[in-house]
Amino acid sequence: MSEQIDEGLKSELQKQGIWVTSTQELYNWGRRNSIWPLQFGLACCAIEMIATAASRYDLARFGGEVFRPSPRQADLMIVAGTVTKKMAPQIVRLYNQMPDPKYVISMGACAISGGPFKQGYNVLKGIDRYIPVDVYIPGCPPRPEALLHAFMELQRKIDGQKLTGENKAAHLDRAQPSEFPVPAFGAHDLEPPSNLDLFRPPQIERV
Amino acid sequence: MNMSSRAERSVVEGPRDGTSPVIPRDPSTALGMTTRLDGELLEVSMGPQHPSTHGVFRMNVALDGETVVKLKPVFGYLHRNHEKIGENTSYLGSMPYTDRLDYFCSLTNNWAYALSVEKLAGIEVPERAEYLRIILAELTRLQNHASLLGFLLSDMGAWGTPLMYAFREREKILDLFESLAGSRMMCDYMRFGGCRVDAGPDWIGRAKKVLDAFPRFLDEFEKLLVSNEIVIARTQHIGKLTADLAISAGITGPMLRASGVNYDLRKVDGYGFYPRFKFRVPLGDHGDTYDRLMMRVLEMRESIEILKQAFEQIPAGPVMNPKVKLRSFRPPVGEAYGRIEGPKGELGFYLISDGSSNPYRYRVRPPSFINLTILEDLCLGHTVADVMVILGSVDIVMGEVDR
Amino acid sequence: MESLEEIKTRVEAAVPGADISIIPNPGPANQPSLLIDNEHAPHVARFLRDDPALRLDHCSNVTGVDWLDRTVTKKVKVKKLVEGEEKEVEETHEEFFPGYLESVYHLYSMALKQGPVIIRMRTADRGEGARLPSLTPVYRSADFQEREIFDLYGIRFDGHPDLRRILMWDEFEDYPMRKDYREPDDYEYEPTPHDDVLEKAKQHYSTRPQLDGAEELTAQE
Repeated sequence: MSEQIDEGLKSELQKQGIWVTSTQELYNWGRRNSIWPLQFGLACCAIEMIATAASRYDLARFGGEVFRPSPRQADLMIVAGTVTKKMAPQIVRLYNQMPDPKYVISMGACAISGGPFKQGYNVLKGIDRYIPVDVYIPGCPPRPEALLHAFMELQRKIDGQKLTGENKAAHLDRAQPSEFPVPAFGAHDLEPPSNLDLFRPPQIERV
Repeated sequence: MNMSSRAERSVVEGPRDGTSPVIPRDPSTALGMTTRLDGELLEVSMGPQHPSTHGVFRMNVALDGETVVKLKPVFGYLHRNHEKIGENTSYLGSMPYTDRLDYFCSLTNNWAYALSVEKLAGIEVPERAEYLRIILAELTRLQNHASLLGFLLSDMGAWGTPLMYAFREREKILDLFESLAGSRMMCDYMRFGGCRVDAGPDWIGRAKKVLDAFPRFLDEFEKLLVSNEIVIARTQHIGKLTADLAISAGITGPMLRASGVNYDLRKVDGYGFYPRFKFRVPLGDHGDTYDRLMMRVLEMRESIEILKQAFEQIPAGPVMNPKVKLRSFRPPVGEAYGRIEGPKGELGFYLISDGSSNPYRYRVRPPSFINLTILEDLCLGHTVADVMVILGSVDIVMGEVDR
Repeated sequence: MESLEEIKTRVEAAVPGADISIIPNPGPANQPSLLIDNEHAPHVARFLRDDPALRLDHCSNVTGVDWLDRTVTKKVKVKKLVEGEEKEVEETHEEFFPGYLESVYHLYSMALKQGPVIIRMRTADRGEGARLPSLTPVYRSADFQEREIFDLYGIRFDGHPDLRRILMWDEFEDYPMRKDYREPDDYEYEPTPHDDVLEKAKQHYSTRPQLDGAEELTAQE
């Protein structure tokens, strides 16, 4: 365990050419530098996602340039754009098809809450109604730098994950669900309109 | 998905000269195919998540081996109720929403909407604003066509490189947009009766520099396209569109002109100050994917010519009509349909005013949605791999298709 | 291009029985339109497309409009016998206009580079009678757009080759672009609600505890 190795001893050994690490550190280091996103864009934000991967911003510097067309090979789902009610079941299905460990970045105002299109009858008011989200980036659309920042936040999050113990990572905990129910198309709305195990609309207490 | 429920599709009447575009009823005769395997047709649902970069577009395809015998596009995965929101929002409030229609070309969307409202309310636009609009629209056309070619080549398997080239140029143009309007993609720059802010002299200077560097990129890109054996094999004689079918199906923009129909709204309607500019309208001979591709390259060359003239001619002056009260804007009762030549085709806005601050009816005429009408006709008889290339050459953006 | 009146008389001569009226457009855009009766609409459209002087071969835009039922109250001065005397009395008249759905077609000519000629059709009512003839056999470009009108406004187009929902899912039952459509209520807390959103939000606010007097305060303790 990394907690058990004395940092001073570690750096002292490093000076002597001996590199000491823990399995957890190595494991997290490997995973955080090879996050493969699912190649999947919804709307305007997807163009900024492509711009992030393209020449000027170069997502490859963070090890995330390998966009996989199949959810079976992806670690990260970047929900880039407005999630409509017609699209929401497909997104949940794609999420369910991704192998653990999996992460979700909710990119842009629409994916967070419906954004400017919140009043729309066919617009889902945030993807976190159906699947858990790790990093939210506001913006309409967020600039490529914002997506890079979200990426680094995610890397930080992965770095802090524990392999054992009470607070171990969700994908190592058998009690944590890795798949979520897919909503069905109803006569007027999606059924159910949100996954209540995952999401509770914020309530205001009025006193 | 039940495809066999509608085996009989009624034949659509063609134009008057008798060459009616007939959709083959029997798949075995589709586009001159004579042999077919005896066996079940395979139904494939392509999308809404799929490896090509065209958004959440879905096609239900029936395949005989690898050949497409039936194709039905399925829409609505990005239907975000643009029109309903437009009817519940003030006229000015809809302007930022238009940015998000065709998110590659926010400035031409702005222009189309501003033009329609100006028609509806009878508003004059100052001269400098008209020039700025033309400059921005043509810059938008440049970056749209450049990225389209990048996407198209990456659909053909040239993964990465052409897209990187295209986005490198696109970023330079986006920098110009950003320094002028404050945002890279969602510019929200035009207003009824002019433009929001003026472009300073240094902006014009920088724009000129970007423009001067553009032809070099274009030459390089054209060399990649024209002499590339794979591009030629994958695009020539693929997805032919006849002029008659194109007219009947309401196809507009570069796709129509690739089929040889000379119809460019910049010439026909002469909106803005386009009649003051000298430029040619490129036309295609064959109407195949290759023509549609080259049409974009040629249009970019013409856009550069327009931009050069605009930078020379642009006068000084105000950019906003001072009589227009944007905040409490109430146009008189009536209706108006305004349209412009967007990079993807004829982009129109149809507005009905009942005299209140919100439009009674707010309708977008989306070019890429209507250009998809004939997708099935283009793809029949070709292989699955060609479908992606044909779709790429139609140039769709889902934000506009589904609205 | 010839004026709308001339087009009207020529269409009426060419398509016998067609009932056409001109809908004026008072705004500065000056785009009046032709209202065509449903029975003859395909013939009229075919005439407009094929006539050598018009050749309106490009059907650019097809859209629906929803006009709700409305009652207009007018005050009319009527002469009446009141107590044996003739007097002018103001009476309020309520005039009822039944609602209807409308489809609007913007036609241009690619061959002669002219236009637009706007034609519209109206349904009998907003319920069962919301049917119109399809112009897709004349203009292929109306195909998806008429499907969209069917999806969002609920106008059935007779003669359309493939009338299904296009934007919403097949199981959906409402017509969301109609003016009286109410979307499912999935209220969420908003920090700064206003206008319609505030009205909607108010229904979801929990009632304030009654804390009006000192007695009640002490009573709670």
